[in-house]
Amino acid sequence: MTAVEDRTAPDAPQGEVGTARRRKEDQRLITGRTRWTDNMTLPGMLHLAMVRSPFAHARITSVDVEAARSAPGVVAVVAGGDLAAEQGTLPNVWNITPDQKTPTHPAMAVDTVRFAGEIVACVVARSAAAARDAVELVDVDYDELPVLLDTWEALTDETVIHPEIGTNQSAHLVMDHQTESSVGDVDAVIEAARADGIVFERTYEQQRLIPAFMEPRSMVCDPTGEQLVLWSATQIPHVLRVLLALSLGISESKLRVIAPDVGGGFGGKLQVTPEEFVTVLVARRLGKACKYTETRSESLMVGHHGRAQHQKLTLAADKDGTVRGLKAELVADMGAYLSLLGGGTPTLGAFMFNGIYKFDAYRFDLRTVFTNAAWTDAYRGAGRPEATFAIERLMDDFAHEMGMDPLELRAKNWITHEEFPFTTVAGLEYDSGNYEAATAKARELFGYDDLRREQAERREAGDPVQLGIGVSTFTEMCGIAPSRILGALSYAAGGWEHAGIRVLPTGKVEVTTGTTPHGQGHETAWSQIVADRLGVAFEDVEVLHGDTQITPKGMDTYGSRSLVVGGIAVVKAADKVVEKAKVIAAHMLEASPDDVEFSGGAFAVRGTDQSKTMAEVAFATFAAHDLPEGVEPSLDSDATFDPATFSYPHGTHLCAVEVDTETGEVSIRSYVCVDDIGNVINPLIVEGQVHGGLAQGIAQALFEEAVYDESGTLVTGSFVDYLVPSAADLPSFTTDRTETPATTNPLGVKGVGEAGTIASTPAVVNAAVDAVRHLGVDSLSMPLSPHRVWQSIQGQSISESPREQVVSGEQLADPQPGSGQIPTGGAEQDGGLR
Amino acid sequence: MAQIDVKVDGVSYSDDVEPRLLLVQYLRERLGKTGTVVGCDTSNCGACTVHLDGRSVKSCSVLAVQASGHEVTTIEGLSPDGELHPMQQAFHECHALQCGYCTPGMIMQSVDLVADNPDPSEQEVREGLEGNLCRCTGYQNIVAAVRSAAQTMRAEGGPR
Repeated sequence: MTAVEDRTAPDAPQGEVGTARRRKEDQRLITGRTRWTDNMTLPGMLHLAMVRSPFAHARITSVDVEAARSAPGVVAVVAGGDLAAEQGTLPNVWNITPDQKTPTHPAMAVDTVRFAGEIVACVVARSAAAARDAVELVDVDYDELPVLLDTWEALTDETVIHPEIGTNQSAHLVMDHQTESSVGDVDAVIEAARADGIVFERTYEQQRLIPAFMEPRSMVCDPTGEQLVLWSATQIPHVLRVLLALSLGISESKLRVIAPDVGGGFGGKLQVTPEEFVTVLVARRLGKACKYTETRSESLMVGHHGRAQHQKLTLAADKDGTVRGLKAELVADMGAYLSLLGGGTPTLGAFMFNGIYKFDAYRFDLRTVFTNAAWTDAYRGAGRPEATFAIERLMDDFAHEMGMDPLELRAKNWITHEEFPFTTVAGLEYDSGNYEAATAKARELFGYDDLRREQAERREAGDPVQLGIGVSTFTEMCGIAPSRILGALSYAAGGWEHAGIRVLPTGKVEVTTGTTPHGQGHETAWSQIVADRLGVAFEDVEVLHGDTQITPKGMDTYGSRSLVVGGIAVVKAADKVVEKAKVIAAHMLEASPDDVEFSGGAFAVRGTDQSKTMAEVAFATFAAHDLPEGVEPSLDSDATFDPATFSYPHGTHLCAVEVDTETGEVSIRSYVCVDDIGNVINPLIVEGQVHGGLAQGIAQALFEEAVYDESGTLVTGSFVDYLVPSAADLPSFTTDRTETPATTNPLGVKGVGEAGTIASTPAVVNAAVDAVRHLGVDSLSMPLSPHRVWQSIQGQSISESPREQVVSGEQLADPQPGSGQIPTGGAEQDGGLR
Repeated sequence: MAQIDVKVDGVSYSDDVEPRLLLVQYLRERLGKTGTVVGCDTSNCGACTVHLDGRSVKSCSVLAVQASGHEVTTIEGLSPDGELHPMQQAFHECHALQCGYCTPGMIMQSVDLVADNPDPSEQEVREGLEGNLCRCTGYQNIVAAVRSAAQTMRAEGGPR
């Protein structure tokens, strides 16, 4: 574990930035004085419960609400037909190709349901219990339609899920890149390698995952005042406000959206949801405050899922292992509708398949496809974990093919620290990094050479428990995102962030931020930044967020953007405060502003002992009795920061696993990661982000998968079957850092929210494959359940298509809960993508 | 309707409740004790953990009528004098929470764990918290917090 320096004195000369401040947020959270949305009760508030389709694909032939409407306590029952004229369509904001097919997505199904769990009606009652009771009384008749769950089958278009668009393929995006020194495009490079080099092909599978934030989504809409106020457990109050206004035709100025305490998100609350639409429409119609809180089962079933991608990689290399060309061909499962980001999520991976390596030519080829499953969207990392998994699995597999140590092969091909800034084959300029330093540190902490020796001994001895070592040297693009790049990618909005600073008469400070934390600790970290910048005490900074009336501008929290974009906006607003205050301080000191210096919270006349503190200047500004001519009586400032580029954290993760070859059980023996996220504002928070990220990435490797049966019912629809790991399932991690500051922002920061998740999944799978490769196993499908691993060791290939397993009757069951079901993904295998 | 008499966080209540009402719903909806939260519907996540006569229970798995005649302590009653319980303090010091949604249940379970085992090993803490899910922290700092609080409580002369 990283030793964190504990400097807590508010006047410590080093300043606040870089200290392990305990979080301001904690007090209310550890004492139960929280403001979760579901905790809210408004006078006369009504409760909603949703009637959801049990079928994955069906026509609705009738909805009989009479019995429900007359049940005790029921105020109204609303069916799709009632909302058809006003509900519009849920928004998709990312047109990844000019001809992308974006079907209409009604919040409440009117005539057809396309995945199990879609809302078909809504009961409004005096209590949540009365509403749920009456849901049972709503009688819906369906005509079932053929169910498509397999993306390959969907691509045949034999059944079309959205007849109005005539195909199940939403978009086909191709991005081709080559460097000036390349012999040609990626096909030419591959052809050259076929003649005089190596061509190496692999397919990998990203199973469907569920974000599984701990707080189920909840929303309260109050239409009783001048404005329509919506409290929602969301990551994106600002985006939600704009899109509700645009989609439902409500004047934006009449909408106020508040994200109070929000219990985790991980991308899962980066969505504009049917439930929010329905709650707003019903509350507006009834003129009464309405609350809807989902059950966990509903959350798992209808909250968007993540990953769900088939990947085929073709690598061209020289005979000595120098990589030359890379082709990534993907098929991504969108589920039944395009979500908010839709095909944009896999598109974020387009820039990351090349990783930290130097390629001459690269092609990214993505097809996005509709199926009768829950919609997919961002889940921690969003496109980048998928890409990183593929390239890091590929490098380990290729190293084995070459007979090289996987670290040696990487070092041969990665960008060396002297080469920064480096423009990658995908066209991004990596500003800084030091892969050698992070790797050397990780290698030492891990005891790499000793573990390799032990591995060899166990192989030699034929130990039933084999040791494997997995490597992942990742990078990611963070700080989503430069607006001009988003524009070039046909994303509908910008990627800037906004901050404001209000200097109160007593010199205390309020910071407003457009980022919206839900566990990340912005209140603490932003306080540290402002304390240093303005020379005020950490305790005297109040950070306000998550309410469009208090923080009117923002782009919210996702994509490791909060510090890298939002934090820089805070810095720029603070610097404006200092500039304004300096003019007034100079006037108070009867000096020229040019002679006044600001440091440690005081304005001093250079070369004298004359000074004024920020608090003195604040009060003089408030009083406004004697200000310089033409200067307004306010120090308040704000800033909107649009990043010029992304930031590029990187790191080396090393994982040792033991695989019991008799049972197939995989257990992590040690996990070491050295991350380089640039400068650090709060090492305690950083370490927490890394721990949590690792847990989620490891969970993808070992435990989690959203599984449907052949009729499209989610069988992992509760925490009994969807295996979020517990404390007993995870090891302790050794985390450390190298610090190569970002050169593209004034704090030198890079972002840390997604690093652990992105890096860890391939490290774990690489380790497991490494443990059993000598037994003839060169691929393992996620999650690595004991049965799957055992089956692979036995030489039983795992079929790629769920349908084939149904036909052959072959069991892919694992002995854990949720067994005996059909995976949505399938095994990773050699050979082609069909 | 059934009548229940229950003491919650030191206050006596007498209420008529539906026999099917869960303890967690009684706490949240009738008493306004929203510090205790609901995270799942299958008793897997432990977010709703409270103490019933001093032992941890998942309040989604107890009917309000079952609590009649008993004493319930929630996260809101853990530090009645306004001073943090050593477990709360340790969660803060060790950064054992991020979003904080699982935290009330995690703290209540941890207090019970340490009452049973005043000096738990890392593995004993991990196994003792198996019924409480956290999605943010990866558990490492929670384990550290529980062991740190246990140490503090031993030094202070036993569980609280």
